Amino acid sequence: MSLLTLIGALPLLGAGLIYFLPSKNSDLIKKYVFAVTTLVAIGSIFLALGFDKSVTSMQYVQSNSWISAFNINFAVGVDGISLVLILLSTILVPIVVLATWNESEGGRWGVKTFYVLILVLETMMIGVFAATDLFLFYVFFEAMLIPVYFLIGGYGSGNRSGAAIKFLLYSLFGGLLMLASIIGIYVISGNQIGATFDLTQLATLEIDNRTENFLFLGFFIAFAIKAPLWPFHTWLPDAAKAATPGTSVLLLGVLDKVGTYGMIRFCLALFPDASKTFTPLIITLAVISIIYGAFMAIGQKDIKGLIAFTSISHFGFITMGIFAMTSQGMSGANLYMVNHGFSTAALFLVAGWMMSRRKSSTISDFGGLQRVTPVMAWSFFIAGMSGLALPGLSSFVSEFLVLVGTYTRYPVAAVIGTLGIVLAALYILIPIQKTLHGPTTEGNENLKDLNLREKFAIAPVIAIIVVMGFYPKPVLDLINPTSEKIVTNAGFTDPIAEVNK
Amino acid sequence: MLTAPSLGYMLLSPMLIVFAAAVIGVLIEAFMGRAHRAAVQLTVSIGALLLSLLQLWRIRDLSSTTAAVDSVTIDKAGIFLQATVVILALIAVLLIADQDNFTAQASAIPGSNEEAMALQQKSQQTEIFPLFLFAVAGMMLFPVATDLITLFVALEVFSLPLYLLAGLSRRKRLLSQEAALKYFLLGAYASAFFLFGAAFLYGYAGTISLVGISAAAGSANEVFLLIGIVFVSVGLLFKISAVPFHSWTPDVYQGAPTPITAFMAACTKVAAFGAILRIFYIGFAEVETLWRPIITVIAILTMLLGSVVAIAQRDVKRMLAYSSIAHAGFLLSGVVALNKEGLAASLFYLMAYGLTTLAAFGIIGLVRDSSGEVTDLNRWIGLGKKSPVVGAVFAFLLLSFAGIPLTSGFIGKFAIFSAAYQSGNIALVVTGVLASAIAAFFYIRVIIMVFFTDPVNDSVSVIIPSVKSRISITVATVISAVLGVAPSLLLNVTENFSTFIK
Repeated sequence: MSLLTLIGALPLLGAGLIYFLPSKNSDLIKKYVFAVTTLVAIGSIFLALGFDKSVTSMQYVQSNSWISAFNINFAVGVDGISLVLILLSTILVPIVVLATWNESEGGRWGVKTFYVLILVLETMMIGVFAATDLFLFYVFFEAMLIPVYFLIGGYGSGNRSGAAIKFLLYSLFGGLLMLASIIGIYVISGNQIGATFDLTQLATLEIDNRTENFLFLGFFIAFAIKAPLWPFHTWLPDAAKAATPGTSVLLLGVLDKVGTYGMIRFCLALFPDASKTFTPLIITLAVISIIYGAFMAIGQKDIKGLIAFTSISHFGFITMGIFAMTSQGMSGANLYMVNHGFSTAALFLVAGWMMSRRKSSTISDFGGLQRVTPVMAWSFFIAGMSGLALPGLSSFVSEFLVLVGTYTRYPVAAVIGTLGIVLAALYILIPIQKTLHGPTTEGNENLKDLNLREKFAIAPVIAIIVVMGFYPKPVLDLINPTSEKIVTNAGFTDPIAEVNK
Repeated sequence: MLTAPSLGYMLLSPMLIVFAAAVIGVLIEAFMGRAHRAAVQLTVSIGALLLSLLQLWRIRDLSSTTAAVDSVTIDKAGIFLQATVVILALIAVLLIADQDNFTAQASAIPGSNEEAMALQQKSQQTEIFPLFLFAVAGMMLFPVATDLITLFVALEVFSLPLYLLAGLSRRKRLLSQEAALKYFLLGAYASAFFLFGAAFLYGYAGTISLVGISAAAGSANEVFLLIGIVFVSVGLLFKISAVPFHSWTPDVYQGAPTPITAFMAACTKVAAFGAILRIFYIGFAEVETLWRPIITVIAILTMLLGSVVAIAQRDVKRMLAYSSIAHAGFLLSGVVALNKEGLAASLFYLMAYGLTTLAAFGIIGLVRDSSGEVTDLNRWIGLGKKSPVVGAVFAFLLLSFAGIPLTSGFIGKFAIFSAAYQSGNIALVVTGVLASAIAAFFYIRVIIMVFFTDPVNDSVSVIIPSVKSRISITVATVISAVLGVAPSLLLNVTENFSTFIK
């Protein structure tokens, strides 16, 4: 059993053992879950330390037969891209647990159920990034909807059951389209090389153009719903508003990355020709997402809605970077996924604290927080600045790479995309001004600043945002070789010499 | 001098055991004292089914397969289908054994003094057990019958007891009797169609055996063959409730006593699909161009109509009835596939679906108020809060119906759609996944009602299940769950058993 499988199985094991803890003692349960998830995070850091950067093939591979009748294997492994996403997921989970210590109370069900769902979800998040068997990936991809569905529907606020069902149905619809494509590629592999779900073998298939286009669309629509791309995005704002801040962090920070990750891992790798055919369309959708998300964000009165729409804009950038088919664009998109994960986490967590203190999520209810709660205000400020890609913070590097990478091939798209950065300044700075500065609005005078636990939770996120802004090299070193390989395998070469090596 | 033909008793023994037990059951009903009747009947039924299962295990590798002068073929697939029927029946009989679902005296007019008296005296008639066993035996015969007459006999043997059983509900007796009458009348029409088609096929081929019909293909004017196939299909499609022969399903599912609905939904599907698979794979495979387009269209209509209409249902039994229609559509893709994979996938699907269905209806039988079962979905609201375990199990079963990964329903769907894709029926696959997406909506809506909505002050509650029901529901759920995570256990078996012998 490889270290990877061990790390993936650990949360599930932890979820099983929770059964033996006393239900009444919720503090013990929380401490236990924090310990388990921290252990997983440490494990994944070891995973990264033992990762050989010079090799672009899968590492920590393991393959066991699962359903032999269809040649389905429990096959896992990581390359640079999946490794950083696993790191992102496993580091975010303990932070979320610590930051939202009391989120599990006041739900429809008990504290235990909440953490069982979180732990099961963590196993699936690791699994979905680690799977190298298409069927196994699909199982994780679909099955992870269920814990999220119960997390939103059982512990959320507002119209939580409506949002939960919308989320589930959108995702299921996409997933089932993908299932048709998976069946298609499986049958084609059976006709050509013997039925298999192994990704490397599937990439060698020769599929006629028409079929390839249809199969590609099945995958792409599923991923475009997941990493909400205009016009498949409408579930996200509802889900983000209804979910608890912690769930939202996992939803936007990690789960939606499965969509963009899937585009890279499956759409590009399995269907390079179809990817080429659809690139103009996808770039257009991405640009629309960037601008549309930004405009909608400017108009939001609700903090959660604001963060949701900024994410739609950011996912536009990521998709644009992926389909620009240049190594900078690809590296940028991959880095963006990580950075967006952390900056969204920071935004949502601080916003969550603001909302739980003020008992409101309306932006105009806040004001002058800088004076009342300086630490919370500064955290929100830094998170916001990262969201608008201020140079020196992590998002800037990735946004820059994406734009440079896109410009070399699609200059018009890149120029319009740049407009998104200008709009980002608006949608971040206006709310910051409204909530943090100015006179303290009525009802805010007695808000408490962050306590020690919350400071401990947000500190690592802020640290990562700042450090990655100045020194992204360790992560880029992991990402770059794999990104180049993907672009080359898809049959593209960079239009101009690389600039940032 | 006449010599008696060799019947092959060994091969027939699994069926004969059940038939014999049914006859003994009738005798018990006539001569046994009232006090112990129910217990004895249950013991006989379970014993016979177990014995029959054992016998099936012993004959699984016999080289000779035809018995009763070539009118049945006990081949690998036949044995698997029979075993599926018996296993599902074993689980169903435990649900049926909960007598308070059935009327005390079927002959008493609803609302009459006679009925009241029967209830007062607790004179529970136990004719359900022999009827049930006759139905099971018929269902075992149906998928192994290889000539049209035997097929017809089997069809009637398992249908007639079901018509009666559907009318035996203790509560809402008028609804139950209406369901029985409807089922009987429409069933009689369907049987007539089947017989009519059989006559045409005999006229065309000069033989009633499926192999003979297959051999005669192309020898005469194909119009008669087509007419024969179409009419025989009508009879069969009625039994599996395919569109447009589905209209009885919701009424009967709703009106029949819930344990009978469970039994009917699970076992009739196995038997009827077993027969359909055999007839189309063996009898009509040579002339697939004649019927394939028709069945494909019917499969597509069935999937779509079942999924769409289920959304509008407010009664949980009716909803599952439409869901069973949709599943019939998915299963028809396995018929259209017409390859070994399609057969293996169908076998898996039937077993998985049967188990899930039994458990789901078993749970429906537990949700009651003072006047009996409550099937109105609006009154299920908040059930998960009152009884989280029952709610969670029901939610799991619904997810399995919806085909979410890690459930047996998903593996079944995957297997059957990949077989259909392999045979080139991509339209079926695409419709299938779209229908699944639509169907997911109403399954998930029920989960929302059960879990995410606060209970209104209402007297609905989950009764403490009897030990028998508890065993039945637990076993069905556990096997269904295991098949979701480790489907190889059954897939490897279905792969070995997916052969029809001509």
